[in-house]
Amino acid sequence: MKIVKEALAGTLESSDLLVKVSPGSGTGLEVVISSEVMQQFGLQIDRVVRDTLARLGVTAGLVVVEDKGALDCAIQARVQTAVMRGAEAQTIDWSALS
Amino acid sequence: MKLRRSMLFLPGANAAMLSTAFVYKPDSIMFDLEDAVSLREKDSARLLVFHALQLPVYRETETVVRINPLNTPFGHLDLEAAVRAGVDVVRLPKTDCAEDVELLEREVERIERACGREVGSTKLMAAIESASGVINALSIAKASPRLTGIALAGFDYVMDMQTERGDGTELFYARCAVLHAARAAKIDAFDVVWSDLNDEAGFLKEVDLIKRLGFNGKSLINPRQIELLHNAYAPTEEEVEYAGRVVAAAAEGERKGLGVVSLNGKMIDGPVIDHARRVLQRAEASGTRK
Repeated sequence: MKIVKEALAGTLESSDLLVKVSPGSGTGLEVVISSEVMQQFGLQIDRVVRDTLARLGVTAGLVVVEDKGALDCAIQARVQTAVMRGAEAQTIDWSALS
Repeated sequence: MKLRRSMLFLPGANAAMLSTAFVYKPDSIMFDLEDAVSLREKDSARLLVFHALQLPVYRETETVVRINPLNTPFGHLDLEAAVRAGVDVVRLPKTDCAEDVELLEREVERIERACGREVGSTKLMAAIESASGVINALSIAKASPRLTGIALAGFDYVMDMQTERGDGTELFYARCAVLHAARAAKIDAFDVVWSDLNDEAGFLKEVDLIKRLGFNGKSLINPRQIELLHNAYAPTEEEVEYAGRVVAAAAEGERKGLGVVSLNGKMIDGPVIDHARRVLQRAEASGTRK
């Protein structure tokens, strides 16, 4: 999936996260994460974000995540929503979302 | 016999509530993709619910998803998300006739086959929200073997009837019609939400009314209402003691091969025994009434 425009998903409420995607410089994928629980769960959050992007076939763009202590399921959902909005996806490949 | 007294509504776009609602232990949790979600967040709520449904913590509680109507741009995608994620029950809003349920059933079966889920494992529930729906309640209730229940939704119904919520008079016919349809179809019946969270006395008065009418339970919009509702539905100690004697006498009669059993000179037949079992089930779930 190709990110063609800037898009947001999520909120900055507790147990949620805000994900911002943009086409970036067009040369590769950059993921920037900040979290209230970075020290304990930073690696886990990074892994969930990158796995979710990989399953969607995102290989380029800038993904900025501001986490407020969200569970993995919320991270997956917000990243997927932001990417679909940024890619202007018209259809959903459900097998890529689980 | 699944106990369905409380069905807690959760807004599908709220990550915090979706992550924690299981701790309140309602009988059913309903993730709402319809009225509680703004138009611009329909896509994000759908994916949040899709993933929340797959959390292991929700395996212990019956999960329900209220989809958008199938004649909107969102309904079919909501249904795909709910069925593929393994939801227990799909709740269809604004059900006006049996054909609405039949269309839903065909779509659910198509998705079950497409994703490899056992055909028939997704149950359905229909919410009746209009004069037409109330008139057609019986045919709706009998429209699919997947239906576990029908629910009356008060807000849209009173708007359709050109009235407003009051002391319950405005809902009396609809409640009775929905309840009779559910009982004739041998499925559950759910009452409307009580939206004034600060009026606990009003809530309990309404719960007392719908319990006496025969509703299985009520849709709830706040976790604070769960314990109040469960306590109101809990039997008294005397009721539990009598139910225990009825069930014991029935078991003894069955052991002796008796067709009819009596307890203290009163005949105990099937409906009495079924009622006694429901009393014991409610007591086991939340004790006796405080």
